[in-house]
Amino acid sequence: MTKLPILQVKDLHKTYNGNAVLTGVEFEVEKGQVKAVLGPSGSGKSTMLRLMALLEPADSGEILLKGTRIGSREHKGHTLHLPERQLAAQRQEVGMVFQRFNLFPHLTAVRNVMLGLTSVKGIAHHEARSQAMDMLKKVGLENRATHFPSELSGGQQQRVAIARALVLNPSVMLFDEPTSALDPELVGEVLEVMERLAETGMTMIVVTHEVRFARRVANEVTLFDGGVIVEQAEPEQFFTNPQHERTRKFLSHVR
Amino acid sequence: MLFDPDIFFAQLVSTDYMKGAALSVAVAVFSLILATVIGFFMAIGRTSRRTYLQAPAHFYVWFFRAIPALLVLLIMWNALPQLIPALRADWFSPFLAASVGLGLVEAAFMSEIIRSALLSVDEGQGLAGRALGMSPAKVMLKVVLPQAIRIALPPTGNEFIGLVKYSSLASVISLRELLTTAQVGVNITFRYAEYYAAAIIYYLVIVSVLSILQSFVEKKFAWTSKTAKSKKGMDVVNTKVGIS
Repeated sequence: MTKLPILQVKDLHKTYNGNAVLTGVEFEVEKGQVKAVLGPSGSGKSTMLRLMALLEPADSGEILLKGTRIGSREHKGHTLHLPERQLAAQRQEVGMVFQRFNLFPHLTAVRNVMLGLTSVKGIAHHEARSQAMDMLKKVGLENRATHFPSELSGGQQQRVAIARALVLNPSVMLFDEPTSALDPELVGEVLEVMERLAETGMTMIVVTHEVRFARRVANEVTLFDGGVIVEQAEPEQFFTNPQHERTRKFLSHVR
Repeated sequence: MLFDPDIFFAQLVSTDYMKGAALSVAVAVFSLILATVIGFFMAIGRTSRRTYLQAPAHFYVWFFRAIPALLVLLIMWNALPQLIPALRADWFSPFLAASVGLGLVEAAFMSEIIRSALLSVDEGQGLAGRALGMSPAKVMLKVVLPQAIRIALPPTGNEFIGLVKYSSLASVISLRELLTTAQVGVNITFRYAEYYAAAIIYYLVIVSVLSILQSFVEKKFAWTSKTAKSKKGMDVVNTKVGIS
């Protein structure tokens, strides 16, 4: 039985200033799956996430959302990038959480969560606020709703950022090293929110250095290196019996 | 000849001075509004990657930064009506010529202030807005601009104060603003010290009020909740805003 993947990338290539960052990546995530992506810095894992979130154009290759190509189209053998307006509409389907939270500092927590609802979905202020409050409750921050980002801890900011992406009801959530910018004692609360999110059946791709999280929560673990996927396996297999020498080496460093 | 306080106080409360001061402030306000609007579009042009937007903006800033404001005012008032008959009509007043002339010059400087303010907003902000599915215009309006305004406020306050003083240049096109008022009085009475001293007081008051206004507006952009402000004080803002 093969399920239709929610998000799929085919033969993805990306070059920055002559440096090949992605060299033919094949990747997919099925509905309800949680995929953890590991790999050394500069291996291209964050770049893949940005391309999937349509924040940067791929040089070549395809990104498919529920079987439909997004971000670009083929025209007479050339890859054409869609205009920004169409990209904006497609991005609503993909939730993105950034390493450095990127909350809007001029808006309170609840306003951060509301902005997508009011300015993208056109939902009325009152309704947007109640939806945003519900979402803040889910990440345990309803009592911080009127605080500005500067008044929140890093962990709280990242939880607001998760709520901000979730409230738009995306088909898949992308996490770009969501705990890497946090003080160690704040990592736990963010991972807890993500674990609960996974339990609700949300499809998630998590680029992370948290090996324990990958092992406990992910259905599948992927190792990225040199712009390609080196190994992809279930957590148990990946961590106890990796097939590739490169994976063994990587794991010996992170543990 | 001693300093005569009676003459000084008589001028201080005279309607001529009050009108002059009001005109000075009005010219500054109108030219700042015009300069901000033009300057915003020039800043957009200069930060754009498209040459057809960048080039005209570049030219504008280059041109108006080079030309003395005094010369622009003289051209506005003397040369333009010669070239454009429509400007010989009554509605083209010294006030309008001064406001537009100073506004055009000031726009070149405002564009630089706004440009650096736009550039100083963290790239991650636009990225986060786009990731939510916001259009480029919405990202500018709802995410980047509110943060850029906060950064542009202090230098804009400086420019505003500068414009109040630059409005005195409009004396050459017979606008009776504050300094012209003083000068006219001096020409009749030769009481230099008293008339100039009254002008000093007016400028001091105007700039003081503007400074208070500015700090009031800046507090509006402090981005802290009121409860936190009373608990922790303003240092929260200074240390933490801008990190994320």
